[in-house]
Amino acid sequence: MKRFYLGVDLGSTTSKAIIINEKDEIVGRGITNTRANYRVAVEIAKLEAIFNARFYLLKKQLEDEIKQHPEFKKYIDDIESLFQYLQFKRRSDIFHAALLETANQSFNDGLKDKIIQHIENIFTKINPMLKLEFVDGNLANSNQFFRDIISEKYNEEIAKLDKELFEPMMLVYDKSITPVENEMVDFNFKDLLTNSVELLKEKYKDRSNKHTGEISGHFDAELNILTGNYENVSDSLKKHIDFIADFEFNIANMVGTGYGRALLPFPADSIKSEILCHAFGAHAIFPFTRTVLDIGGQDTKAIQVDSYGLVTSFNMNDRCAAGCGRYLGYIADEFSISLNELGPEALEATKEVTICSTCTVFAGAEVRELLNVGEERSNILAGLHKSIVMRAMSLIARSGGVKNEFTFTGGVARNQAVIKYVSQMVNDNYGKDIKINIHADSIFMGALGGAMFARRASLKKN
Amino acid sequence: MPENVKKERSMILQKEMIGNLFKELGNVKQTGKKVVYTFVPGNLSELIRSFDMLPVYPEINALQSGMRKKSDAYIREAEKWGHSEDVCTYVKCDIGMMLKGNIGPTGEKVPDPDLLLLSYTGCFTFLKWFENLEKLYPGVPVALIHTPYQENGEITAEMTEYMVKQLKNDVIPKMEQVSGQKFDPEKLKTILQHSADIEDLIVKIFDTTKNVPSPIDAYFAGVYYIGPINIGFRGTPEATEYYKELYSEILERVRLGLGPVTPEGEMEEERYRLVVEGPPNWTSFREFWKLFYDMGAVIVASSYTRVGGVYKNGFRHDPDRLLESLSEYCMGCYTNMNLPQRVEMLAKEIKDYKADGFLVNSIKSCNSFSAGQLLIMRTLEDRMGIPVGFIESDLVDPRYFSYSNIKNRLESFFQMLEQRKLINV
Repeated sequence: MKRFYLGVDLGSTTSKAIIINEKDEIVGRGITNTRANYRVAVEIAKLEAIFNARFYLLKKQLEDEIKQHPEFKKYIDDIESLFQYLQFKRRSDIFHAALLETANQSFNDGLKDKIIQHIENIFTKINPMLKLEFVDGNLANSNQFFRDIISEKYNEEIAKLDKELFEPMMLVYDKSITPVENEMVDFNFKDLLTNSVELLKEKYKDRSNKHTGEISGHFDAELNILTGNYENVSDSLKKHIDFIADFEFNIANMVGTGYGRALLPFPADSIKSEILCHAFGAHAIFPFTRTVLDIGGQDTKAIQVDSYGLVTSFNMNDRCAAGCGRYLGYIADEFSISLNELGPEALEATKEVTICSTCTVFAGAEVRELLNVGEERSNILAGLHKSIVMRAMSLIARSGGVKNEFTFTGGVARNQAVIKYVSQMVNDNYGKDIKINIHADSIFMGALGGAMFARRASLKKN
Repeated sequence: MPENVKKERSMILQKEMIGNLFKELGNVKQTGKKVVYTFVPGNLSELIRSFDMLPVYPEINALQSGMRKKSDAYIREAEKWGHSEDVCTYVKCDIGMMLKGNIGPTGEKVPDPDLLLLSYTGCFTFLKWFENLEKLYPGVPVALIHTPYQENGEITAEMTEYMVKQLKNDVIPKMEQVSGQKFDPEKLKTILQHSADIEDLIVKIFDTTKNVPSPIDAYFAGVYYIGPINIGFRGTPEATEYYKELYSEILERVRLGLGPVTPEGEMEEERYRLVVEGPPNWTSFREFWKLFYDMGAVIVASSYTRVGGVYKNGFRHDPDRLLESLSEYCMGCYTNMNLPQRVEMLAKEIKDYKADGFLVNSIKSCNSFSAGQLLIMRTLEDRMGIPVGFIESDLVDPRYFSYSNIKNRLESFFQMLEQRKLINV
């Protein structure tokens, strides 16, 4: 029986889970921003990773066929998107109900009826929009959390309302979102899969009908490979899909890390420091790494590792979280833009405004002052990104500098503007020949390290 | 002393000594004894004793206030008086305590000073501290010795001569004037002989950590062991007796193969041996100690326990070179040593006591300790290939002790040591 290993990283902002196989290869990833309750967070991330791993196994099993039949890949990708949509929809329905419940409890009759009516109107409008974005668009692959997706649509709608309705609509949202995010929804893989197949059938049935009339409107090579061919593909893949749905996942061992690790229901030797896990994970992906910089939600770590990926020394920010992910979150709030938009906008800057503030809260005041004197938003954002990296550089120096290959990990390593300044400053300070690594899975490095430790511990026991 | 500890005879002796000192301090009005305020590094306890005066150490009062959870209020009091958040918290705690009536650890009022004696000037804060004390106690004479820094890693004959001159021309005349007694070299000679004996014992005591398991913790328990010499008992027969007793108790632990005594009980399994640089945190002292105890970490040497005197390098008070040896003592204190000397000393300890790791507790308040700590750490790491760790806290300001941050970093540090042990096996 194949053995798999789970690593869970309970961070201050997100919780991540990684499943690896017996060769240390990543087979499944799960991530959630649920953090009020770490026990729920770990279950959500773990479940997502197991679901993700089933799809990985499916693709792995069909590796050769996929090469010959690109339509197989399209079919599986479509199923995966719908699979995510169905989970989203379940949570969205729960959220919808929670909003109604909150409205019922929070307001008296006159206002209550109005609020309930607006909630209903919003969901009547956004439900088909969201479905379309999942089914035909790219929403499933956008790395966004439930909160991000739903709040964007909800906020768009309530922004159109009068001020006296806007406030209460915001209030019901604020009161309802966190409990819904923190609720463990019991999903069944097989049911979700069956329903996804059904939904997909609908999609292509619909598409086939339109296909003859509106060819130009659907000029999508990928889409067209399935259109008209859907039934055949579906039949060929059925037995494989049934196999992964029934596949018994044998998690042989698991290791937890991150701030919430002490709360995990794991035995003591299955709980590891995130410093060790991040370093081990990053080193596994880039074996020549000797320095790892991890910028997470609330801390920044500069870690030195040896040729085995074991930590030789580390330094972390203390007493102040300016320069971490949350700083970016705060700045995004100040500008009323989403976290994902910060980096791209900063990259549009024509210059970097100098930001003196070393304090997250003061940076808010500084930003306002700079806007008042007419500085461009993108230039201010560039300055803010640069200031974060300058703080990280000081930690790197304190931990012993960069002597060899350098790997940048953590949630913030997804931000392109931060990457730009990290690369610039590492090369300026430690030499142009320092190789800088950033991996698409950088946010999962801690969980990956955890899973790898789990595998090693399990081998030792046996 | 912490609770739950089986009281050894040495502990009782120490308690009696400290109790008697504060009793004596409480009775100065009746006895007419004079009081000298001075600092631990480079302290001239023997000289003070030779004039039958009593020492008061504001730093010790501050750390005791920290342990008794009183420092928070004292610091706030000093801040009300205008001291900034960045000022050394020993200073603020001490000044706050004075402003609130100067009640000592035994509940008795600490008497006002008759002399302010500053015998180590390597810490700039000490100068400023005394400027404040001068204002708080107007008219009290101040004796200040300028102590040359060991910039080239040595004490030269000229440096000693310079110090002796200050003792002769300034300190001793002021002590004669305040105490009303003539300087008595014979009396000082006897005291210094006791000091040298005590110093021999201290070196032997701290050297017992060579044993595996180590019978003592040279940091958390070490601060209790250096208590008597740091509050003015160096050179006394009581202290000689205390250290003899302590040493024989420790030898007994070695014979039985026992680990250190801690407030949580005896340490069962020694998993890591550490050398620690920097003072401990006092406001959460027991919690701080417990973090190490829980991990099975024993501190086999610490620079902080050398703050009242470095004896391992061979220095002893010398009855035949009275003022010269007092001068050399002042110049030889740990924070007056240059960084290569400190590195050398720590490297030797890491080697002699077979340490698995080196840890720095960097103190927000203390510049004389914190300056150069990263350099010390990096040099030791490079030279000895020893795993190093760095944590940050404060002396007596509870606002700067973040339990979760420290725990998080220590857990990572210990897991790192664990990993390296596995590799080295």
